Amino acid sequence: MAVEAPVAPPPAPTADGRIRGLRCRNCGLLRPLAVEYVCGACFGPLEVAYDLDLIGRTLSRDDLSRRPAGIWRFLELLPVDAVPARSLAVGSTPLVTADRIGAAIGVERLLVKDDTRNPTLSFKDRAVAIAAARAQSFGLEALACASTGNLAGATAAAAAAVGLPAYVFVPADLEPAKIEHALAYGATVVPIDGTYDDVNRVCLEVADELGWGLVNVNLRPFYAEGSKTLAYEIAESLGWRLPDVIVAPVASGAMLTKLAKAFDELVTLGWVPAKPVRFVGGQAAGCGPVANAFRDGRSDIEPVRTPDTIVRSLAIGNPADGRYAVELARSSAGSVEAITDDETANAIRLAATLEGIYTETAGGVTLAAVAAASRRGVIRPDDEVVALLTGNGLKTPDAVRYGIESRPAEPGRPGLAPVIPARFSAFEAWLTA
Amino acid sequence: MSQVRIPPVLRPSAGGLKNVDVSGATVGEALTALIAAYPALRSRLLDDGGGLNRFVNVFLNETDVRHLQALDTPLTATDTILLLPAMAGG
Repeated sequence: MAVEAPVAPPPAPTADGRIRGLRCRNCGLLRPLAVEYVCGACFGPLEVAYDLDLIGRTLSRDDLSRRPAGIWRFLELLPVDAVPARSLAVGSTPLVTADRIGAAIGVERLLVKDDTRNPTLSFKDRAVAIAAARAQSFGLEALACASTGNLAGATAAAAAAVGLPAYVFVPADLEPAKIEHALAYGATVVPIDGTYDDVNRVCLEVADELGWGLVNVNLRPFYAEGSKTLAYEIAESLGWRLPDVIVAPVASGAMLTKLAKAFDELVTLGWVPAKPVRFVGGQAAGCGPVANAFRDGRSDIEPVRTPDTIVRSLAIGNPADGRYAVELARSSAGSVEAITDDETANAIRLAATLEGIYTETAGGVTLAAVAAASRRGVIRPDDEVVALLTGNGLKTPDAVRYGIESRPAEPGRPGLAPVIPARFSAFEAWLTA
Repeated sequence: MSQVRIPPVLRPSAGGLKNVDVSGATVGEALTALIAAYPALRSRLLDDGGGLNRFVNVFLNETDVRHLQALDTPLTATDTILLLPAMAGG
């Protein structure tokens, strides 16, 4: 197939001028929106810049309250021109009190943002919705991604919704449930013989050479903005104020930094009172380049060559935003915690059995990070803490049993009971044995 | 001669080329030779102190040179050096 790199459209300010363009986070150079993710002048990362004064003059919190549920309620703060004609119903997930987990780990006021309830069961739907909308407006011919798992399903589903072919690149040894999930939406799944970082390297060349819309490569400046909607929803659910501490999983580090960007925007808009928020990240100890940098008091990220953890969704050895994430955790008096797989599995069981919320491994890492930061004193007993549960446990069905011996149920001990003959009397006999 | 693959964002600074052949006994020497041939690459590939720009990842064949001997990694004539932006993935 002959494919040429896409030609960026001519500078076209958005209809209402609220998006100023793409600004380099390193050197500050501003340029028009295009399928670009790297500054040509200094190689730094590009980020969407908004005119918040203009947005503040034309949009109020009351306007939002009259809009239908979903991430497009926050349209003006996202890098799309208009609500897309076709997209999945993403966002507006509940912020629920989790006082029973809180009591178990010594945090009085714990709330969880239950983002397991998105169309493909993870927060990635938020980011991909924006990348898919941009891929359409830029006229790209395919949607693709480098995935640790959750993104695979999200990209495949969004591509199906907007009618683009999807190419999903994953490490070949990824959990089968995640691969099947992406296949179900009609994606081409490309297993790469290597780690996630190998997948990512291949995808950088795919983006450069084929001109497809790689949601987390050449569309990354747009894609990453999707995580901001988590922060907007949290602030709104709290009655337009910020929590004391926010705890999130760290893979590339982009989510943590986007939560901070979103909170800053809300303060600038005057929608929430300014207050210091501590940012706490969680990583798997078996792939914790950002946690290691935090522990060692440095900002440089030493990449992890061979991740060794059940937490596949966070297994990025060379995280793009790692430096920004560790600097944010440090400057906000937060932390980045390294969590063992046993702690992760315990936390998954805790959330499921105490609160009825079944989360995948990244959610287990996050809850264990709440406990770890609490032990460290970063979280104080009376803090209001919001933890992000970013993916559903059905994606990693083996993790919940990790580290424990599977024992059959007995009367008074939950679990899988032996096969019982199809008579009530047989069940009654087992129950009262 | 080893080959350096230039990503699209750097091609305007490298005569529009996608691949450049360079000499050098190490990855660092090869990059020095590349910058000597295309001085506009200096500010993109190196930081103010002359170290590698932290937004650039350098791969020797398929391996990040930070997992090898960084810029001191020895080169052979059949090696390919890949320069890629660090800001991707996740």
